Amino acid sequence: MDWFPLINSVRIAAISTVIIFFVGIFAAYYIAKAPRAIKGVLDVILTLPLVLPPTVVGYLLLRLLGPKRIIGAWFLKVFDIKLTMTWWSGIFATTVVIFPLMYRTARGAFESFDETLAYSGQALGLSNTYIFWRIRMPYCRQGILAGTVLAFARALGEYGATSMLAGYIPGRTATISTTVYQLWRTNDDALAFKWVCINLAISFVVLLAVNMLEKKNNGKPDRTARKKAGV
Amino acid sequence: MALFLDIEKKLGVFQLKVKFEAADETMALLGASGCGKSMTLKCIAGIEKPDKGKIIVDGVTLFDSEKKINLTPQERRMGLMFQNYALFPNMTVFQNIKAGANRERDPKKRKEAVYAIMERFAIAPLCDHYPSQLSGGQQQRVALARILVSNPRVLLLDEPFSALDSHLRFRLEQEVRQVIRTFGKTVLLVSHDRDEVFRMSDKIAVMNDGVVETLGTKQEVFANPQTKNGAILTGCKNISRIKMLDENHVEALDWGITVKVPRRAEGISYIGIRMHDVCGEKGENAHRCKVVEEIENPFSYTVMLKPENSGESTPLGWEMEKELWQHIRASCVEISLPCEKILMLRE
Repeated sequence: MDWFPLINSVRIAAISTVIIFFVGIFAAYYIAKAPRAIKGVLDVILTLPLVLPPTVVGYLLLRLLGPKRIIGAWFLKVFDIKLTMTWWSGIFATTVVIFPLMYRTARGAFESFDETLAYSGQALGLSNTYIFWRIRMPYCRQGILAGTVLAFARALGEYGATSMLAGYIPGRTATISTTVYQLWRTNDDALAFKWVCINLAISFVVLLAVNMLEKKNNGKPDRTARKKAGV
Repeated sequence: MALFLDIEKKLGVFQLKVKFEAADETMALLGASGCGKSMTLKCIAGIEKPDKGKIIVDGVTLFDSEKKINLTPQERRMGLMFQNYALFPNMTVFQNIKAGANRERDPKKRKEAVYAIMERFAIAPLCDHYPSQLSGGQQQRVALARILVSNPRVLLLDEPFSALDSHLRFRLEQEVRQVIRTFGKTVLLVSHDRDEVFRMSDKIAVMNDGVVETLGTKQEVFANPQTKNGAILTGCKNISRIKMLDENHVEALDWGITVKVPRRAEGISYIGIRMHDVCGEKGENAHRCKVVEEIENPFSYTVMLKPENSGESTPLGWEMEKELWQHIRASCVEISLPCEKILMLRE
């Protein structure tokens, strides 16, 4: 059996999750602090990929990254690189699709942060970078971890936008989801079923991880809630 | 002069306009919630930026809108303590205090400072505990240790005791008073509790709706709160609107009586008298009153009185020791309102 689709799916999901971990967190951090009007507008724009059909996202991305479109043409001209129909084209697609998942969970976590911790840290002379990574992030880690895992799971299962940007080239751009579709289309039911099982197993493990993260959060006496009550 | 403050800040319809000076002493900002006292602390600490004005501490300009000076909170070195103590929940007691000592660059000296302060506050045995494992009193000690190890120019205490029950509160007040004495520099204390303010501070600034209304030593402010709001905040419960009659008489509209006052009521809209200043003997402003209600407190009685022939009126409260009321208890009593105890209050 050719394992390429699994490897490709995992590397696309892993790379886009790493990108979105940082981008999502920084977007969430700054938007959580933004004035209400700006927050409302940005929130809608940044959440849009969550509700748009992946094919629409794929179409919009192709309008930008296609070899004859603005960005795609520029890359082709300057670096002689085609942004579509390569294995890493899938990263563009999954990154956009999973962004809202990370952004929204991280923002929720940041909004529950007790700002007096940051103020006290500043008054004590701690740098803003230190406060962000050593106080704010640990405080919000459960929400951020859950968001990361969810984003990774969603990236693994991405089909629509990926198939439009990267297509289906066996051994080059095939992912699990595009492979299942292709195998079903060509009546290779036995192999399709194998891939379905692999996909089910991965999703099961990931969702189990999310649940365990949430349980950990509920089981422990919540320090943050008690702090807020001032006990 | 240790601290000079003159700032303005607009927040929607709310306008903060605060000006005061404090020497090496404890100054309390007394006010109801939403009067701007916490916002004032935040402006001093550098968390909020005033629209204009100046903040100078020990000759160092922290903020000056004209000279475009606005030091970061890190540069200001203010010892800011919140009601919830804001200990970092993911760090142990030792790590919390070490974070407070971060301005000391030499690792060896820093460690020494941390151990010394933990000794001083008797929290060394707790050094590996997380804040969630500590009692309220221990948390406060850790918070104070963490602030003092950062070597602050001024202590800013924002409602330090309001989250505690009264027993613990009394004990922790003593600890904080001790810390303040040793600290020896300017301390600003924000509170809405008059007893706490009186016990803890040297001077009091009464704040209302974004401005300092009355400022003086605690004795002065309690003896003459000057404004209706100040009287309420310092615990005066008998307050009445007035109409000026002549040189030293006013009509107390809410009580339905005429009252002799210590001075001409120019610019005065209210008078007040503390419940324990009402006198049970004949004297100035004597009235025969009907007892409307008798309230038993743990160690005193409060008797609500309506002067005879006063019509529709708000009852006056008279607080006295238990023995006295048990001795004179009646449905009608003679009281007087000593002229020198009458508070003359502006709006």
